[in-house]
Amino acid sequence: MTVSNAGVTAPPGRALSDLRKPSGRSGTRTASTGKSLRERDRSGYLFVAPFAVATGLFLLLPTLYGLWMSFTNQSLTGTGSEFIGFANYAEAFSDPQVWTTLWHTVWFTVLSTVPLVVVALVMALLVHTGLPGQWVWRMSFFAPYLLTSAVVSALSSWLFQPDIGLLDTWFTALGLQPVGWLTDENVAMFSIAGVTVWWTVGFNFLLYLAALQGIPQQQYEAATIDGAGGWRRLFSITLPQLRNITGVIVVLQLLASLKVFDQIYLLTAGGPNGSTRPILEYVYDTGFTNYRLGYASAISYVFFALILVFTLVRLLPSRKEA
Amino acid sequence: MSVAELVADRRTRAQQERAENRALTKLTIGPSPWVRVGALAALVVLAAIWLLPVAWGAVTSFKHEAEAALPASWWPTTGWTLEAYQQVLGNSDLLIWMWNSLVVAGLVTILTVLISAMAAFAFSQTVFKGRGLLQWLTIASIMMPGQILIVPLFRQMQVMGLVDTFAGIVLPQVVAPVMVFILKRFFDAIPSELLDAARIDGAGTWRLFWTIVLPLSRSILVAVAIFVFIGAWNNFLWPFIVTTDPQFMTLPVGLSTVKNAYGVQYAQNMASAMIAALPLLVVFMLFQRRIVQGVATTGMGGQ
Repeated sequence: MTVSNAGVTAPPGRALSDLRKPSGRSGTRTASTGKSLRERDRSGYLFVAPFAVATGLFLLLPTLYGLWMSFTNQSLTGTGSEFIGFANYAEAFSDPQVWTTLWHTVWFTVLSTVPLVVVALVMALLVHTGLPGQWVWRMSFFAPYLLTSAVVSALSSWLFQPDIGLLDTWFTALGLQPVGWLTDENVAMFSIAGVTVWWTVGFNFLLYLAALQGIPQQQYEAATIDGAGGWRRLFSITLPQLRNITGVIVVLQLLASLKVFDQIYLLTAGGPNGSTRPILEYVYDTGFTNYRLGYASAISYVFFALILVFTLVRLLPSRKEA
Repeated sequence: MSVAELVADRRTRAQQERAENRALTKLTIGPSPWVRVGALAALVVLAAIWLLPVAWGAVTSFKHEAEAALPASWWPTTGWTLEAYQQVLGNSDLLIWMWNSLVVAGLVTILTVLISAMAAFAFSQTVFKGRGLLQWLTIASIMMPGQILIVPLFRQMQVMGLVDTFAGIVLPQVVAPVMVFILKRFFDAIPSELLDAARIDGAGTWRLFWTIVLPLSRSILVAVAIFVFIGAWNNFLWPFIVTTDPQFMTLPVGLSTVKNAYGVQYAQNMASAMIAALPLLVVFMLFQRRIVQGVATTGMGGQ
């Protein structure tokens, strides 16, 4: 009776486990539950192996290696890899550029997250009305998300072009002063945030749309019978039902915005005058332009620690709610 | 199915959808025509804003270079031309980059989906030593933003001799612990009776995975694949760090170098942007429903 179980098709892992005579093997096969059968399946480690190896090589190893590097004065040219203790960290904490670029990242995150959530919500609510043209609305709002950052920056730097760009042309046609969209230190970050909203809002829009489609229609029907009008239904049914998904979207968006690099690097390269340079670009500049890999790693880890603290603080209470 | 049947099927589905949408309109806005007109107007304005930059870029790409550099006017006065496209396709590595992007994104997608699905299956349907620890590690690694690792990872690629290779671009991108968890959650829902029946019939674990679990999970696998593909196609930072040879650059990286090289060739810039944008836009138009679903199911960690 064990013959059928030690089937010919059993992979090596299975054969191995048979040798170890797992429990529940004797005589109780018909009575055995799914669990015991599953427990007898000991080849799982073969299935997890490729992922585990990849994670080990390309996530775990660089994480530890980077940590080690942050305590050395390693350079991209290959010279110097002595252990210098906390010197890099001490330098990072007293380096005004670290704090300035960190502030730019945070400022960008604030500027982009609010509209990325609010505009997405408005779009989803409007589309969820079921008005004609569903396909067109979805496509126009989501399509920019499919563009790669280089295309987005090409399009928007064309729009923002001084004098001949579309925006400045319109401004002058309306009798307004042309604006230095990407060249004015006080404006550039707003322009970048605007581009980012245009580019990625479609993703949040789809998340909201899916959540809206999940609201049971009976609730609306019941409310209609009770005489609740459209606005009343919006504020008493729809918005409260979206509270959870809004929490998820806000966290995802904050984490995504904190990692900003592409569009800033491509649009302004951190300028004008360093006024938009995010911390990831500072890491890049330190490591790959100034060749200071050790110091760049230390800055990465300071940034990582901040993200981690933020994630944990945000995650722990939401765990409890769930 | 014959073509006529397919068309008829599409038509009834479209009719159904329209009826559903009408019912939805009644439920969300109610009968007031004014609110309806207002909402429609808001949609039109928003859609116009969202389409405008692309439309303007498209028009510019068909202008003569001399006219593109004049203050913005919509319609070209000196006639439409394919000049910019010819220039871009003839003089730049655009097609090579596009091919590279396709290869890279394709490989990343296949590898990511395969190893994530295998790991998710192991976590969900098998028992092995160290499973708990590995699962915990996977969760923890979700919190690790890859961008933090560019410096050590680049050094590692140098040591491994993978700078300016497809392997160097692709391999670090295949680690997607989030996808493992999305898939695991889905695999958890597969009735264990089904798998047990196959086990009793003597199916090995690999067969279980390949002939039962994967076919049952086609929808979520497609969703994850679409998602991974978009991400890999658009990824800029890592390919930008690990490639210096234009022959190995992906589209986003290559395009960013063109911009600097050509300086003020506006029509050409727009032409290459249009060419670069086309593939995913076509894919989106073809698979709109799937992509919308895919974002919904994978986007928030499968909630």
